[in-house]
Amino acid sequence: MTEIKPSEITPEHIYLSRRRFIKGAGALAASSLILAACGSPSSTPTASPTVLATPGAAPATSAFPPLSADADEMGADLTTYEAITNYCNFYEFTTNKEGVAELAQDFQTSPWTVQVGGLVHKPRTFDIDDLLKIEQEERVYRLRCVEAWSMVIPWVGFPLAKLLEQVEPMSQAKYVRFETLYDPEQMPGQSSRFYEWPYVEGLRMDEAMNDLATLATGIYGKSLLPQNGAPVRLVVPWKYGFKSIKSIVKIDLVEEMPTSLWMAAAPREYGFYANVNPEVAHPRWSQATERRIGQTRRIDTLLFNGYTDEVAHLYPDLSKREWFF
Amino acid sequence: MVLLVLKWLRSRWLQILVHAGALIPLAWISWQYAQGLFLIDPVREITTFTGRGALILLLLMLACTPINTLFGFKQVLRLRRPLGLYAFIYASLHFATFVWLDYGFELGLLVEAVFAQRYVVVGFAAGLILLALAITSPRSVQKRLGKNWKLLHRLAYLAGILAIVHFAWLVKDIRVPLRYGAVLALLLVLRIPRVRKTLGSARHKLRKRLSSSFPSSP
Repeated sequence: MTEIKPSEITPEHIYLSRRRFIKGAGALAASSLILAACGSPSSTPTASPTVLATPGAAPATSAFPPLSADADEMGADLTTYEAITNYCNFYEFTTNKEGVAELAQDFQTSPWTVQVGGLVHKPRTFDIDDLLKIEQEERVYRLRCVEAWSMVIPWVGFPLAKLLEQVEPMSQAKYVRFETLYDPEQMPGQSSRFYEWPYVEGLRMDEAMNDLATLATGIYGKSLLPQNGAPVRLVVPWKYGFKSIKSIVKIDLVEEMPTSLWMAAAPREYGFYANVNPEVAHPRWSQATERRIGQTRRIDTLLFNGYTDEVAHLYPDLSKREWFF
Repeated sequence: MVLLVLKWLRSRWLQILVHAGALIPLAWISWQYAQGLFLIDPVREITTFTGRGALILLLLMLACTPINTLFGFKQVLRLRRPLGLYAFIYASLHFATFVWLDYGFELGLLVEAVFAQRYVVVGFAAGLILLALAITSPRSVQKRLGKNWKLLHRLAYLAGILAIVHFAWLVKDIRVPLRYGAVLALLLVLRIPRVRKTLGSARHKLRKRLSSSFPSSP
């Protein structure tokens, strides 16, 4: 299950020309296969309701590599752009997943700065353009929500480690703390006192330096849309989705373990690590299986969401429940 | 002839409203499913639609008696039976969605899903109560059960409580189930004999005062 970067497989021009052929033939074959396999009328790409955002809604940035993958390293198909951009958990707007896209459409993502500080030698405020100067790569990762659904997403972004290296963390820094924008005028969900806004998430230093930990700026070769956490968000694919904090404005290196919004809201149900594990149920529901968006049948959930080779060494004792909620 | 139809409509408009209110959304969602209009997560859409429908119908049924107590609106009492039966139908569809569309009748997965998830157990218990109430709903059975029928059908409140717990246990954000829970709590408070009596006599007094200050008949 080693991650295969698109660049390691085939020279890009050959890959792309081959892909053009596969894309046409594959799409046809795949859709008829799905139809034959489950007879689900929902899989047919017929009428698409007008509420859905359409591909091309977000501008492609010249710094971005064009979309090249059509599956993850296990061969699972990418989730459609329509589903990724219209089915979002982003409580800052609304708890209704299908309602986020509309409420977020006027969200201002420019100008935008990310303040990186705390226990670092060179604290710095990054403009979004500074972040886009870091080389952007396509990274296809599975996203497993704690609510037992999942997607396969072709992100565009760069390793978090590259940003952290630039600010030179001090040796006392043990954790990284991330914070989402707090702006109830733009994010109506934040006017509810039910949660302690702003959204906060954290990683242990070695987790943050792991190559899978990504700062994403786009999907499908295009800039992120607000509903997906524009202009920059975290992606930690071996953890439940709520760890992948969106619309980040502040990153601090700290000595103490940060308390995330979900840890504060329900400490018995959501911990700091939240690594995916089918054997460890949420206190109220099973994590053994998941529904892949776009498919009808449930599939088995994998330990560390299938990224065991990359991250298992970070968690030496798998029997510790602390790692998995 | 037209007059007869109008008369029938006038006496039955509430019932017609209940049938239409329960059946039209069901037809609408079936059509959407058949047309493939749920592009993102059809199983979840249908699960939440049928579950929410069952809960709303159950709460409406439980609201009939308090509405009569508060406003002296007797006609609503006749709606309890159809509302309860539709709640049962929606709950059955909800259950079928779970075992068929979601879990594809895979027994191993289902056993795991039931035992690891207490919300399934309470939801199932609520469903069983609705089944018992549906079976005993015909007038003939009601007559045969006599006094016990009333006792048995009080379980509808328990079904409501279980349904709210089921809802609250399966979501990440409990604000919506709490709202439904508040409605149910209010309906339960209105059933407390003392509250009922006070409100009933208050209504009578109000009516008396209104009729004395605005004498409608000489």
